[in-house]
Amino acid sequence: MATENAQNEPNHLRRMTTAWVIISVIADVLFWVFVGPHVPPGHMTETAINNQRTFNVLLVIALPVLIGVWIYLGYAIVVWGSKRNSVDSIGGESARTNRKAQTSWIVVTSVVVLILAGYGSYAVIAEHGSGGGEGPNPVWTPSGAAQAQTAALAGTQNWSPGSKNVLPVQVIGQQWKFTYRYPTFGGFETTQLILPVNTEIAFNVTSLDVIHSFWAYQLSVKADANPQVNDVAYTETKQMGNFVVRCSELCGIWHGSMYNYGKVVSQSDFMNWATTTEAANAANTKLLPPFAWTYVPDANGASGGYYPDGKQTPYSTVELYGSKTPAS
Amino acid sequence: MTISAERPIEVVTPSATPPAYGRSWTQRPGWMSQHLGTAIVAAILGYAIGHWFGNYLASGYSFVANSGQNSIADALALTFGVVGWLLGIGALNYPLAKLIGRDGAKEETVDNWTKYFRYSLDHKVVGLQYVVGVLLFMFTGGLLAMAIRTELLNPTTHVFSADTYIKIVSEHGTVMMMMATSIIVGPLGNYLVPLMIGARRMAFPRIEALSFWIFVAGYMVIFSALPYGGFPTGWTGYAPLQTQAGPGMISYLLGFAVIGIGMMAAGFNIAVSIINYRAPGMTWSRLPIFVWSILATAALLTLATPVLFAGGLFGVLDKTVQTAFYVTEHGGSSYLWQNLFWFFGHPEVYIMALPGFGIVGEILPVFTRKPLFAYKVAAAGMIGVALLSFFVWQHHLFQSGINPDMRPLFMLTTELISIPTGFIFLVGMGTLYKAKIRFEVPMLFAMALFFNFLIGGVTGVFLSDVPVNVTVHGGFFVLSHFHYTIMGGLLFAFMAGLYYWLPKMTGRMMNSRIGKWHFWTMFIFFNLTFFPMFIIGLLGQPRRVYTYAPRLQGLNDFSSISAFLLGVSFLIFFANLMWSMWISPVKAPANPWDSLGLEWQTANPVPSYNFERIPVIMTDPYRYSEADAPAFADMGDGAGRSSSTTAGSSQA
Repeated sequence: MATENAQNEPNHLRRMTTAWVIISVIADVLFWVFVGPHVPPGHMTETAINNQRTFNVLLVIALPVLIGVWIYLGYAIVVWGSKRNSVDSIGGESARTNRKAQTSWIVVTSVVVLILAGYGSYAVIAEHGSGGGEGPNPVWTPSGAAQAQTAALAGTQNWSPGSKNVLPVQVIGQQWKFTYRYPTFGGFETTQLILPVNTEIAFNVTSLDVIHSFWAYQLSVKADANPQVNDVAYTETKQMGNFVVRCSELCGIWHGSMYNYGKVVSQSDFMNWATTTEAANAANTKLLPPFAWTYVPDANGASGGYYPDGKQTPYSTVELYGSKTPAS
Repeated sequence: MTISAERPIEVVTPSATPPAYGRSWTQRPGWMSQHLGTAIVAAILGYAIGHWFGNYLASGYSFVANSGQNSIADALALTFGVVGWLLGIGALNYPLAKLIGRDGAKEETVDNWTKYFRYSLDHKVVGLQYVVGVLLFMFTGGLLAMAIRTELLNPTTHVFSADTYIKIVSEHGTVMMMMATSIIVGPLGNYLVPLMIGARRMAFPRIEALSFWIFVAGYMVIFSALPYGGFPTGWTGYAPLQTQAGPGMISYLLGFAVIGIGMMAAGFNIAVSIINYRAPGMTWSRLPIFVWSILATAALLTLATPVLFAGGLFGVLDKTVQTAFYVTEHGGSSYLWQNLFWFFGHPEVYIMALPGFGIVGEILPVFTRKPLFAYKVAAAGMIGVALLSFFVWQHHLFQSGINPDMRPLFMLTTELISIPTGFIFLVGMGTLYKAKIRFEVPMLFAMALFFNFLIGGVTGVFLSDVPVNVTVHGGFFVLSHFHYTIMGGLLFAFMAGLYYWLPKMTGRMMNSRIGKWHFWTMFIFFNLTFFPMFIIGLLGQPRRVYTYAPRLQGLNDFSSISAFLLGVSFLIFFANLMWSMWISPVKAPANPWDSLGLEWQTANPVPSYNFERIPVIMTDPYRYSEADAPAFADMGDGAGRSSSTTAGSSQA
């Protein structure tokens, strides 16, 4: 800020700077030690750990900014505020500009901003998209991601306890629930999201109707579910436990109720669960459309699944509209 | 810089009575002329005709079989209703007459209270019409907000059904966004810009009047969503859900298109006025900072809104004649709407921020008795924000599955925009330095903007960071962030502007004691309402949910109760407005805040020609700290009307 200084006046800037440095250091340390470790999304996955760290770093930078402006405003109110609303039409000092103050302001904010952008870019690239959906053609992938996607399409089992391979899981958003398919375990579909610990997971998120957003809160994974788009997000599970899955993109009336709970279990438990469920669901899995990255709903909208009477849909489009029905 | 006699000064003698134009049927006296009443009647007629015509065109073409809801009839009814409204108010008399080769019929110039209910070409009347308009819409949107917070009092007991709740949320968001677009540009921009640049009128008074009346029509179209059953998409209207939604969606899409015309008209008119109608001597470096902010905003309105307009019409086509702009299965793309919407939507955010900066920049020097610090940086910052705002929209789509290598780029542009945005803090803090601060009500609101907008801005940087965005995107954190910028920034600035300029606009002072009550309740309960929402969002509550985790009930209740008290604060404001304007008005002094601004130098009440003589601007604004500063403008008082006096020549 302005540096000129009348003679018999206290050095305002030095006072403010001293207060600012002391309070900022205390606030930053208190935050980092006592609050930081508890900041969401926690420590359940690699991306959660990293995204929590990024949040904390940003807050440690933000606190001094907030405190600096607040101290300045408070100081101005106390020291330069008139005690009575006396109208003194000729005011305080006449500094219209101050080259030093302006230049240093612009330089400091620019440097901070560029550092933040650099750090954010590094984090998002190094952490394979930081758990955010990367679209159908992810560019920042963990090793083995391509092999996992190939295995998913081929339906071959690529993951077993201790194999260190990437496990592909498909998330299908639909009004108003998420279902999950495990393509490397025969492609069975379930409403339970069970994941093995210490495993890199490739979430392939798609939707059957409107846009949803798959938000596994404690896993720090968020990827929009778009119809006919495969949105891929990666994370590596680190701790066992439950987590919440919520839809975080408004998808209609029951958007608020679109949540379920997932579980990260040990690798052997997962293997047991997956193979058991695969066997138990085998008959149903045969009725499902073959595993694909996206599913095209038929002309009736909705999910166009099989129904017990063997018809494709609850009512035949041909009966309704004749043979001019648009091809699904 | 000197203002010399080289530039000829226009001297126009205003006649006591307006020039006599050809008398047309619009100038009939009393109830037979055109006013709000005829507009309503014509709008209803237009609605009925449009509905009939739609059914005639496409009978049996229902949204849901046998429901009697025909999308084409709904869309045409609303369109014809708007056209009827404009015909009824008289907005189309002049262009239609021109169209058939006649001399345009001049609008009526009445000078009694009924002018506020007519198609008036006086920018001061339009400004006051806007004041009432935006306040009405703000209160309606505010009531919807109260309903939202009522539902969120309890995670499991529901006041509204999930269906009703989502429609309330959607209507609240849409109304508030469209209201916030106009809340400063409309009332204060239209009223003050000509006064501040020393002009007698706007460049295009008919377009200006059209922008207000179509703004009202657009609001009624958006509100018509409620009787149509509402729309479930939120104010963002994302596409597959939009295509799936019921007839209320047409009100939303058409409403955007209609209001979009008003926004484009307002922006175009104001930008042209500022560029071409400045008084002699009003160089770019002497333009009041508020006018700079309105110029930047007007540029954004003119350039960004056509995208919304087109996007809304695409949606209407999708819903009526079964095109497939947004239908993925038929070759369209749901991303198209997201991109079009946010390509408009992000400049829109700055449409709602910049005028607020302008107001505090205008108010701070008056109440600190200091020149505005770093005036040129402030003006450059506003232009910089306006330019950069077109390059940040994809930060709304970080997790949507867009091309991933775009994300570092949009993270960078978004964080870059915080540099010019941050200039307002440089300006504010520099101006406060060694100031003599008077804590009048407008100053309190202006200083509150710095507190609130700082929190809003800093959390914006969090949101721009992709790794943090994964945690907070689509949650209450975002919600709190933009309420801090729009409500904490823009609305506080609007209140500052109202308390500051209403004495000029109405000749009546706002009560300062009630004003302080209003300020402190609004400031405290605004922060108590929205600060907890940052934590609620971090703890995992998505936006627009009617039910939430029971562990978050404490925070939500705290927020809700604060929100109700914030509502009470608005009632205090309303009471103050009623008290000071109608019940017990106190006549305002000519220049109650001792401002040097040009708008305070004209007579009070402002004559219809604004300035008896076009003022000549002598120096830069804000020379508050100099005892011997020359007057900002030579108003030509006493210089006579007859001769071409070159008043104010060659002063430093």
